[in-house]
Amino acid sequence: MKPAPFKYIAARSLEHALALKAEYGDEARFLAGGQSLVPTMNFRLTQPAVLIDINPLTQLAGMQKSGPDGLHIGALTRYRDLERDPATARDLPLVAEALPHIAHPQIRNRGTIGGNLAHADPASEMPAIVVALAGQLRARSTRGDRWIAAAEFFAGALATTLAADEMLVEVKLPAAKPRSGACFMEVARRRGDFALVGVACTVRIDEDGRCVQARIGLCNAGDKPILAEDAGASLVGRPIGTAQIDEAGELIQRAIDPGGSIHASKEFQRHLAGVLTKRALAEANTRAQRGL
Amino acid sequence: MASDTHDVTVTVNGTQHRRQVESRMLLSDFLRHDLLLAGTHVGCEHGVCGACTVIFDGVAVRSCLMLAAQTDGHAITTVEGLAADRDHLHPLQEAMRDCHGLQCGYCTPGILMTMKCFLDEAPAPDEVQIREALSGNLCRCTGYQHIVDAMMLAAERLRS
Repeated sequence: MKPAPFKYIAARSLEHALALKAEYGDEARFLAGGQSLVPTMNFRLTQPAVLIDINPLTQLAGMQKSGPDGLHIGALTRYRDLERDPATARDLPLVAEALPHIAHPQIRNRGTIGGNLAHADPASEMPAIVVALAGQLRARSTRGDRWIAAAEFFAGALATTLAADEMLVEVKLPAAKPRSGACFMEVARRRGDFALVGVACTVRIDEDGRCVQARIGLCNAGDKPILAEDAGASLVGRPIGTAQIDEAGELIQRAIDPGGSIHASKEFQRHLAGVLTKRALAEANTRAQRGL
Repeated sequence: MASDTHDVTVTVNGTQHRRQVESRMLLSDFLRHDLLLAGTHVGCEHGVCGACTVIFDGVAVRSCLMLAAQTDGHAITTVEGLAADRDHLHPLQEAMRDCHGLQCGYCTPGILMTMKCFLDEAPAPDEVQIREALSGNLCRCTGYQHIVDAMMLAAERLRS
């Protein structure tokens, strides 16, 4: 299990990397952390003609807060560094809670947020999280750059709406607001394995405890990360109680179409999605109430 | 496709090596076949088992998920570089021996390199933290308990 031959080019600058991608298009892949891409190359499921290594582009790494409510995370920011940045736990509690579930420590030492998102594995945690947080993703090419809403970024299993000459360069996520709570939960067969199903949710309440906004994202519940809009909307305008949580769980079970696998049937995945949604919503609501 | 090669200068266990490598050469194969450092073991070759873990610029990584061509100008430590010299074991290795932390030994180099980085960062871990740190290394012999015991002992010895 070795990769098929390819041409390796270490990018000297972002402009260099983008010019190469413009030249080679779909024949080329960017190499970020390589923790998803290289395994598929080792299996020869992916056989790019050209590999553009963007690891030298350190300006694409790091997280900055800009303004009161946005965190800008460079695409080459490694999960290891997000885990160790106190801003993650403070401003991105949903991300902080999910990080230990993302593969293993050695993978997080190398894996990047941009690579993880651009790989667009529907079973992966971070795509569901950026969808739940209504994140914005910045794509850049030699033609310029554009922002893509997270929900518009994922086109299907391992497919994004990035053009053949574009690179995902930055992720913008909103910082947690007052009176809000987040919760991430998943069920996996072993620590670090892909989730059989995972749920990422955020809840924001007003001074009287009524739900102002609820957003729920799911991983491994379809061919791309799912934003459960109906379930989220059903919670708004009232305090979140058991009846509302049960209703949201049922809405989600009806809305999703999980793929099923040898490890979990469709029915079991649907069951898990309902159970995890209810638990995660209850926990997120409790956390939001602590901020009252 | 004609083979695509690159010149790399890489420091491994304190020794600088200059080699020409093919683009598709994995770091794990480079260490084993080019540098003849066969202590780095190859298990699954897709980043699941942890047997090939080495320390790259101070952090534990899967060498089967990196390319030799990516190592130019970087520093790597393999299990051969863990002990100070050939006549002594590193405290981590000693603790593994004392606690029966290995049977067949196939996973051991990867576990040692993972835990070296972990204990550097967390010198006084509890058992839960050790198990979390070990979660990316598969061992089919020991049931892990003796490895956890060894790491608790190694941490204690390294602190004193």
